[in-house]
Amino acid sequence: MTTFGTLADPPATLVLLGVRTIDPTDGTDLVRDLAVRDGRIVDPRDVPEGTRRIEGSNLVVAPGFCDLHAHLREPGGEVAETVESGARAAAHGGFTTLCAMPNTEPPLDERARVAAVAGRASAARVRVVASATAGRAGERLTDYAELAADGVVGVSDDGAAIADPRLARGALAYLAELGLPLIEHAEDPRLAAGTLMRAGPTATRLGLAAWPPSAELTMIERDVALAAETGGWVHFTHLSTAGGLDVVRRAKQRGLRVTCDVTPHHLALTDAWVAGHRGFAWEAEGEPDYERAYDGATRVNPPLPSREDALALLAGLADGSIDAIATDHAPHPPERKLVEYSEAAPGMIGLETALSLGLAAVEAGCLGLGRLVEALSSGPAGLIREARGLAVGEVADLVVFDQAARWQLEADALASRSANTPLIGMELPGVVRLTVAGGRVTYEA
Amino acid sequence: MSVASPPHTWPRRHLLNIDGMTRAEVEACLDLAVEMREWRERGERPEPLRNETVGLAFYEASTRTRVSFELAARALGAIVIDLSLAGSSVAKGESLIDTLRTLRRTGVTICVLRHASSGAPHLAARETGLRIVNAGDGTHAHPTQALLDALTLRDALGALDGRKVAIVGDIAHSRVARSNLHLLPMLGAQVWLAGPPAFVRGFDDWPGVHVATIEETLDGADAVMTLRLQLERDAGAGVPSLREYTWRWGLTSERMLLARPDAPVLHPGPTNEGVEITAELAASGRSLIGRQVENGVPVRMAVLALVAGAA
Repeated sequence: MTTFGTLADPPATLVLLGVRTIDPTDGTDLVRDLAVRDGRIVDPRDVPEGTRRIEGSNLVVAPGFCDLHAHLREPGGEVAETVESGARAAAHGGFTTLCAMPNTEPPLDERARVAAVAGRASAARVRVVASATAGRAGERLTDYAELAADGVVGVSDDGAAIADPRLARGALAYLAELGLPLIEHAEDPRLAAGTLMRAGPTATRLGLAAWPPSAELTMIERDVALAAETGGWVHFTHLSTAGGLDVVRRAKQRGLRVTCDVTPHHLALTDAWVAGHRGFAWEAEGEPDYERAYDGATRVNPPLPSREDALALLAGLADGSIDAIATDHAPHPPERKLVEYSEAAPGMIGLETALSLGLAAVEAGCLGLGRLVEALSSGPAGLIREARGLAVGEVADLVVFDQAARWQLEADALASRSANTPLIGMELPGVVRLTVAGGRVTYEA
Repeated sequence: MSVASPPHTWPRRHLLNIDGMTRAEVEACLDLAVEMREWRERGERPEPLRNETVGLAFYEASTRTRVSFELAARALGAIVIDLSLAGSSVAKGESLIDTLRTLRRTGVTICVLRHASSGAPHLAARETGLRIVNAGDGTHAHPTQALLDALTLRDALGALDGRKVAIVGDIAHSRVARSNLHLLPMLGAQVWLAGPPAFVRGFDDWPGVHVATIEETLDGADAVMTLRLQLERDAGAGVPSLREYTWRWGLTSERMLLARPDAPVLHPGPTNEGVEITAELAASGRSLIGRQVENGVPVRMAVLALVAGAA
């Protein structure tokens, strides 16, 4: 039985016995008992008689995950997802915070629209990234100071970069004193126009219009130059190329305010998936399966990377050059996906599979478990100034998962309203047993 | 129907592309096409497809491919439904899958699909229950064109083992070229490509294929295939102008002096005469363009019979 709760529920009291706790905020990795009383982490001796006890010798406890990039589709796309269903998907995946992206219909570009999404009690804290430009039209900045006062965590025209360099420069300059990032979907619109998958041998073979890595690289180079000039903070979301990562690394070495995230699918999946291949980037290259080729579920922006770039991104995550894993959870109904590849809506769901893909990389030896936990929890949470930690006295905000257990990914196993992921049918490692957000149990299995 | 040498195996419900086929399957298909051609010449009318209904679903304009499929299906005794898709429910926004599922419920058993989107036949094969014959999808594949090109080359040259076949032009946007790049190396030919850099980029990684200058590609070639230049596909970015293209890559009798004497010239049509090939060369004795069209019907008869399991 699985149950969901919300942040409006009464605070939890429970004890986890003999669990492995990984806390990136103090660098601890211990086997111990961890107790929660009235929603706060307490000394295990300080819980009342009769408190519920969960035996956990096979369980890992980590700070609650924080997703910097999720599409909750409200308003306008409720057939694919709502705040409530997206938050349940988050809780199922171990996330306690979600940053809702603003490319809705209409976009989240003014305070009333932001409040309609951010103010609802659900199974996760829902923060908002506001539109960087009015109507996402790329012509005029939104009211950043007012939106910042309302608690937005950043601004973005996600789905696209701010194409006009002068406007992007103005956005970064104005944001500098507000301390908020411009979250850039770094992609040159002309280089990317009409493209369907990453350039490479698979695109050549499949005859699909090829997305050149220069589309990402040139926009990142532009934005780094603008950040250097203005002192503004630019955060590159869903990095997908080794070239782009190199520019970010060098910008960080120069001390610029540049951060970035990567999605689980750009770490684990490759362009060969468009040709029907179903193996992770770190596995031996297998044969494509043309019977499964052109599955709309594999279409995503930026497109799935080359194998070399996926491995470079994994290395960048492992060495800390990449600050966070963000899902770019992008639900779509079947009628937007079960269509010709050129007609398929870009994007795949990710909240419920992020931990599993990360653990698959850990199993393969490409990533340490501690670094994975950090990139899912305190890394992104720190960027939006949310506290995370498992020390006594903190509000309980945590996820409990079984690292070794495996699950079969089927549509009816998902809490999301949508099931658009090419991982359907695969067996994945990592099962979330309990999620506690803000002291409340939001998911339990 | 009686087939002298039936193909060893034809396990496929669909013809989506050449890759994945074996050489034996391809040769069996070509042999069957020769047999079909002989029936037509003798005026024989066996009707192995008399229990089949073939739907021609052309989402993209086509004359020669559609007509030759229709003639092929009729010659085999099938009922043929030609969908005028521009005026049908497609215009009302019905999805590809819904349209094809509706066809299946009305009794269509084999769907010949032409579509502007690469991979549309794969989707149709997975989702509709129809037997799908790909009549050209986007820039991906055009398997029946490649088969008829191979038959035309085999008629002219005999076995293709060790033969050098040059393909000149806009490879990147050509489904004909891609299918030939699977088929010709499979039959033992060495394939050389030449064209504007943006139109051949990436193909040097293709197994068994060489990318070179027009001179190197034509040098000693046993046959030369040129492709329709589809300028509308890549406005201005691939080649500066038609004039420049013709000057550098256009096929002329003078340029053909580099190839083996009397090496035949092929073109999948429709030609832009004076652009990728001169009118004089297209009409010359070494042009096989007419033979390609003639081979279209028997090759498509063979494909339909094989996909129907009637060969």
